[in-house]
Amino acid sequence: MFKDIEHLIRLAVVILVLLAVFVVLRVAVVPRSFGQYGHYRGAAIEETAARPIAFAGHDACEACQTDVVEQKKQGKHMVVACEACHGALAKHADDPASVTPPKLDTAVVCARCHEANSAKPKDFPQVVTADHSGGIACDTCHQPHRPKIETSTTEAKKTEPKTKTEGRK
Amino acid sequence: MDLTRRRLLVLLPAAAVAWKYVLAGTPEASPNYKLTEHWWTMLIDIPKCIGCGSCVRACAEENDVPDGYFRTWIERYHVADWKIERPEVTSPNGGKQGFPPNQDASGKNFFVPKLCNHCSDSPCTQVCPVGATFVTPDGVVLVDKNYCLGCRYCVQACPYGCRFINPKTKTAEKCSLCYHRITKGMTTACCEVCPTGARQLADLKNPKDPIHEFLRTHNVQILKPHMATGAKVFYNGMDGSVR
Amino acid sequence: MQIPVEGFMYPNEVELQWSVLIVLYPFITGLVAGAFILASLERVFRVEAVKPTYRLALLTALSFLLVAPLPLQLHLGHPERSLEMYLTPHCSSAMAMFGFVYLWYLMAVLLLEIWLDYRRDIVVKSQTSTGLARLAYRVFAFGSSNISERSLRIDERLGYFITLIGIPSAFLLHGYVGFIFGSVKANPWWSSPLMPIVFLFSAMVSGIAAVMLLYMLSTRLRGREIDIRCLDKIAQYLLYTFVIDFSLEMLDLLQRIYEADESFRSLDFMVHTRLWKSQVIVQILLGTVTPIALLGLTQILKFNDVARKRIYGLAGCLTLIGIFAMRWNVVIGGQLFSKSFLGYTTYKMALTTREGLLIAIFLMLLPFGILWVLVKLLPPWPDSVSLPATGAAPAHGTS
Repeated sequence: MFKDIEHLIRLAVVILVLLAVFVVLRVAVVPRSFGQYGHYRGAAIEETAARPIAFAGHDACEACQTDVVEQKKQGKHMVVACEACHGALAKHADDPASVTPPKLDTAVVCARCHEANSAKPKDFPQVVTADHSGGIACDTCHQPHRPKIETSTTEAKKTEPKTKTEGRK
Repeated sequence: MDLTRRRLLVLLPAAAVAWKYVLAGTPEASPNYKLTEHWWTMLIDIPKCIGCGSCVRACAEENDVPDGYFRTWIERYHVADWKIERPEVTSPNGGKQGFPPNQDASGKNFFVPKLCNHCSDSPCTQVCPVGATFVTPDGVVLVDKNYCLGCRYCVQACPYGCRFINPKTKTAEKCSLCYHRITKGMTTACCEVCPTGARQLADLKNPKDPIHEFLRTHNVQILKPHMATGAKVFYNGMDGSVR
Repeated sequence: MQIPVEGFMYPNEVELQWSVLIVLYPFITGLVAGAFILASLERVFRVEAVKPTYRLALLTALSFLLVAPLPLQLHLGHPERSLEMYLTPHCSSAMAMFGFVYLWYLMAVLLLEIWLDYRRDIVVKSQTSTGLARLAYRVFAFGSSNISERSLRIDERLGYFITLIGIPSAFLLHGYVGFIFGSVKANPWWSSPLMPIVFLFSAMVSGIAAVMLLYMLSTRLRGREIDIRCLDKIAQYLLYTFVIDFSLEMLDLLQRIYEADESFRSLDFMVHTRLWKSQVIVQILLGTVTPIALLGLTQILKFNDVARKRIYGLAGCLTLIGIFAMRWNVVIGGQLFSKSFLGYTTYKMALTTREGLLIAIFLMLLPFGILWVLVKLLPPWPDSVSLPATGAAPAHGTS
């Protein structure tokens, strides 16, 4: 009887060998942490969490820039994070001396928030810059950290405490 | 690996010393972060959004997002009168440079920030053939870019259009809720820079998180509830025209 | 490359995710399933008339099945990681499970059936040929030279059993591809319980048409006489299957138009504009209605043999074009509209890139190259029976 199914037995052996190869592959190749928390590589969670950070967070800035904090506290920009305007500065926070934050062009930076757009909330301060200032830099008249102009323009600027660190105008 | 008790007694203190050494260079590191103690989500307050695009720019910088692709973006809606089923929506470059000046005050106009909704019944996770995208025990949907095949099935399965294929890594990518920041006690890059507090990170498992009170006292929605994705990003003050 | 967008699309939706290669893939697997079901008509349902095409249909199925993974590999961002689908398959993913359906169908059904049917010929050839060919045949036979009466009868029984399993497996193979699309709730153009069935029937249509055309072409090339009774029977099956397929697609369309849900306006606009040529003109009019009409005519009116052959040839070609257009309209069409239902994008098919037109054309031609090699190694022609030295009866499928 076996003589008649000899070819099928050979076939069965080949199939078993292939299955064995598959099992060996599975054990050897699948990453160790796979299945740790679910159907994925557990190590991926740690890897994702270990990415480098670009934005330091306003707490980091406020540790050093206490005078700016004082200024901001008096105005509406109190709730605006430093890096919202100044960009990502974790590198500067880690090594303040060697990494200098770039100078900002207020004509561009301020307009992003304050250019009039009918989709913005009605009570949000917005202007049509063409009419409001003709497109000149906003910090010609406004102090960005304390934007409200209290008295006459020149007076406001004169009485502002010196906050400029190296790199600003 | 066989962990006998004796080996543990030797390994653990050694590991602790090594860990402290590692931490010394990273002051924000939080070794006490426990996955099961958090359930992350985000609250978007639409009436507060001014469409400045700071969140889009910050996200791109924090997460190396390539140009032309978006982990988060802002849509501007214009709803003429009662035509709630036919809004006019624009999103110039995802709102990355803000929006052009527009003084047409007819109808209803507002901004809607969009991002991955970190669904608890995530359809993208369901269709991934290999387990390269997954929901973490703390509620964040992540992509394992070292395991992803780039088959794009997850991009097709997401009803919100928040996924894309990174042309450099050729793997799927999307908002990770700045996982590398929130696990260290920081907030996400987009929430950090939002000038009006329209975006706020929230931890549903933290009893002190103000979101609990907020959800109790405000009418909130999620996007596309009929898809039953278990979306976790809540939208306050969202109009019915929002897609 | 600036992609023209009409209306509003979510920013990440503008660029299409699945290219022409993903159109090719269901087309190719469809041909496999269809060719196999035609073959099994003879084996299981004892439709004697289509016997001449039995082995050809199997080899056709194999040629296309071997090429089927290639468009997928070329499309992946990381093809070197594709083994992950077999090592850590995510069981909730239709795509992952399909990897096993494909493997099962290839190994347990198709290869086994071909092996069992050809085994006698392989053993004989391993004894009569020389050099490299001899080695090849010995390997195919797994080194066995057992072709006794009893063993061949056992092969016959086993082959019948495998074909029996093979029919639902073929249904599963292509129905699954339909499910891969049909289960995506995010996409209303795809999401439908009818999708697996529509895909399956259109697969059968394309497979039957392909085998019919290949049979006509290969018989002509070999300078032999076409078995017109066989051709008539195949054309009949093509017609019946096509009518069912068309009815299913029209059912889906009518339901959509009537219910007119949230997505309808957007999809309707898309069909009337971006998909007008490929769906209404090519797929429906040229690729479905015309072949059905042509084949229907041959059932009603009496044409002479020459005219019938010409009609079958034309109908077959139009059918294949129509089914390809159907795959195109499903895959590409499903990505042309925004999930916000407020806009449309454009598919810019590249020419020379990894997922471009040239590669697509090459992948469509490759199965014919493989078929040519297979036909040389394992001749499927009914009149090329090789009598062994022992004078045992010829194997099934070649008389």
